[in-house]
Amino acid sequence: MNTTTHPAPASVPEERKRFKMPQEGSILLVLVGIAVLFEILGWAVRGDTFLFNAQRLLIIVLQMSIIGLLAIGVTQVIITTGIDLSSGSVLALSAMIAASFAQTSDYARAVFPMFTDMPAVVPILLGVLAGGLAGLVNGALIARTMIPPFIATLGMMVTARGLARWYTDGQPVSLLSDEFTWFGSGYIPVVVFIVVAAIFHIALKYTRYGKFTYAIGANMNAARVSGINVNRHLVIVYSIAGLLSGLAGVLTAARAASGQAGMGMAYELDAIAAAVIGGTSLAGGVGRITGTVIGVIILGVMTSGFTFLGIDAYVQDVVKGAIIVAAVVADQYRQKKRKTA
Amino acid sequence: MLAETAERVEAAKPHGQVSPHSQQETDRQYIFEARNIRKEFPGVVALDNVELKVSPGRVLALMGENGAGKSTLMKIISGVYTPDAGSLSLRGQPYNIKGPLDALEQGVAMIHQELNLMPFMTVAENIWIRREPLNSFGFVDHQRMYQQTQELFETLKIELDPRAEVRDLSVANRQMVEIAKAVSYDSEVLIMDEPTSALTEREVERLFSIIADLKAKGTGIVYITHKMDEVFTIADDIAVFRDGQHIGTDLASKLDREALIKMMVGREITQMFPKEEAEIGETVLAVKNLGLDGYFKDVSFELRAGEILGLAGLVGAGRTNLAETLFGVTPATQGTIELHGQEVVISQPHQAMEQGVALLTEDRKETGCFLQLSVLQNMEMAVLTDSYVEKGFVQQQQVNELCEEMKQLLKIKTPDLDETIGNLSGGNQQKALIARWLMTKPRILILDEPTRGIDVGAKAEIHRLISSLAAKGLAVLMISSELPEILGMSDRVMVMHEGTVTGILERNEATQVAVMKLASA
Repeated sequence: MNTTTHPAPASVPEERKRFKMPQEGSILLVLVGIAVLFEILGWAVRGDTFLFNAQRLLIIVLQMSIIGLLAIGVTQVIITTGIDLSSGSVLALSAMIAASFAQTSDYARAVFPMFTDMPAVVPILLGVLAGGLAGLVNGALIARTMIPPFIATLGMMVTARGLARWYTDGQPVSLLSDEFTWFGSGYIPVVVFIVVAAIFHIALKYTRYGKFTYAIGANMNAARVSGINVNRHLVIVYSIAGLLSGLAGVLTAARAASGQAGMGMAYELDAIAAAVIGGTSLAGGVGRITGTVIGVIILGVMTSGFTFLGIDAYVQDVVKGAIIVAAVVADQYRQKKRKTA
Repeated sequence: MLAETAERVEAAKPHGQVSPHSQQETDRQYIFEARNIRKEFPGVVALDNVELKVSPGRVLALMGENGAGKSTLMKIISGVYTPDAGSLSLRGQPYNIKGPLDALEQGVAMIHQELNLMPFMTVAENIWIRREPLNSFGFVDHQRMYQQTQELFETLKIELDPRAEVRDLSVANRQMVEIAKAVSYDSEVLIMDEPTSALTEREVERLFSIIADLKAKGTGIVYITHKMDEVFTIADDIAVFRDGQHIGTDLASKLDREALIKMMVGREITQMFPKEEAEIGETVLAVKNLGLDGYFKDVSFELRAGEILGLAGLVGAGRTNLAETLFGVTPATQGTIELHGQEVVISQPHQAMEQGVALLTEDRKETGCFLQLSVLQNMEMAVLTDSYVEKGFVQQQQVNELCEEMKQLLKIKTPDLDETIGNLSGGNQQKALIARWLMTKPRILILDEPTRGIDVGAKAEIHRLISSLAAKGLAVLMISSELPEILGMSDRVMVMHEGTVTGILERNEATQVAVMKLASA
């Protein structure tokens, strides 16, 4: 080895960085484009503004914060080349469990008469933990038995929905304490969503957890040979996704002041769509929380915009489906470009 | 600098001390000819002006070390690759094919080394795929298909049930199905790429008698093999390739083992391998009777600090399996591993890493690079498993400094460390992966084909690096299929053949011929 000492890198003047468009640039443009389109159509069709209506914007964010929590979880799962189809059902199960421990004693037919008037922390913790447990089962199944994540979480999707219905024989759980429902009031869910997004943005970028998540997604064999405990890491990633589904369930129950087994129906698909629209690659190794957040907002703006324009709900779904497919096609195209570069 | 090294290597390459062509070629008819074929891959010339002439009713054995270009040429003939230059002709007519199916239709069939059967379909369905007999409604006539298969098997004297599903067959029987399928095309040229590697003795005899029948029918056969005994039993002519060049073709009866090995390895070692004198220290790794069921057994050797132990052998000798077992990817089923005098159990890579072992894997794409990630992320991943992390947070500043240092030391050419590693050349990717392991400060470095598929300039730099690391006291186990690399770099050479160690040679006794003899045992 040559013995010349290299100048300490810190003292080297910052090399001129080539200008790179932030990865979220293109998707942000799409968001702006869609918003402007709705604004123009708004004036043309309804003679009213779409964007400059604070009330509407807040509703968009509020509606999307629940999907957003699921999307943050599934983004991390997809980065590892996995998928989580169970988030919507796990949300429902967690909502039911949380609600059943948040009932007031005024209600004669409480699910657990001896567990009424509990401090709000009890239902919140139980709801979140139930979600975490479901995620743990997903992760353990995938890591230990090597079954495809699609199958494992499909099983959990059906099972969790069944448990949510079985729990009260399909009856909604209502009359919840004010202390609990406070967590669903106002903009609390939005605040929770923003905090969670910030936490996982930092976790993916600056922690070992994040580095290993990307490594596993980029090349699982190489990750294993680099000394990463791939199995344990997968269990952690799926558990986190489960915890976030649980949290979303708690907030949903608190907001609705009841637990219903049909909550969160098909939310997992919106969550996956948001992640994919936001640039998370189903091939793994690529994806960022900022992109997912923008993807969530795009979905919200579309839903709100269609309603604003009075477009039929069925047509909305048709367009939404097309946009999701377009996002994946764009992803394939990006990958091909990367390969030939 | 790069060009200079390349020139030096080029100049040092001998141009064959054996006469390149046989004398009888003038009065022979060829059914298939390939002339002046050239094929380049990024950074490597796989075939350089080679030729191949196949005569009807004769077996032409094609021999050469790993990477000599045999498989590339066969892939050109069977239509998988298109050559960059040169011409091919069949029956004297130009042979231009668009793909493997086209080759079959024109009368050139190939038995692949890797099996290409569909496991969930029956033997008969696999053989007649795309040529299924149809009934008058246009549906597949299974009855007739099974009957055809039965007839085919009877002429070939293969005892297999045409209705059996392929997944239920042994590897040897699957190979026999492949052979039957290739024969069923009645092609004029039949290429066999190491057909006996999966066969037992009885089936090899069967195959040889099938070959004899085909010869009598006038089929021209190209037979690729590593096995010396086989060549002299079956071949009429032998062609030898080396480093993408055609070294010579001669009658099998005119050659013997010794002469053949010389043709295969006859190279000089150039100054490409600047072996530094290193002080050999104490034993750091001692392996006793190590075995992995189905791959290798009874492997015993010692590795000392400052030593480079070369590990030579042909593809399939079990070298990579041994490396992976030492690193805990596939835990051993027998035997013991002692590291620094302590017996250890290694069943996970991180256990090996804790003991100061590092493994640069053979396949950069499959088990090395995180292709979508940056150079920096590729370099830092292994070291993060047990250092530079505080409460879960990566101490990025320190890691960046270390990576920057490594980049300078290994002369990794990249615009910056945030560049996606997939955009780098193979040589620079390899350097980044070596950096990944050097950052873990290993005491034992296992390198599996450290210079495969990279250009000569980067190759020389990596050789220099390995040599200087050993001089600093690192113990190196280096697997390579390139004999000059093994001989030029190693203090000792261990040779494996079919899962066993056939010999360990000291530097002064390790010659190309000696190593090849042990490798083909």
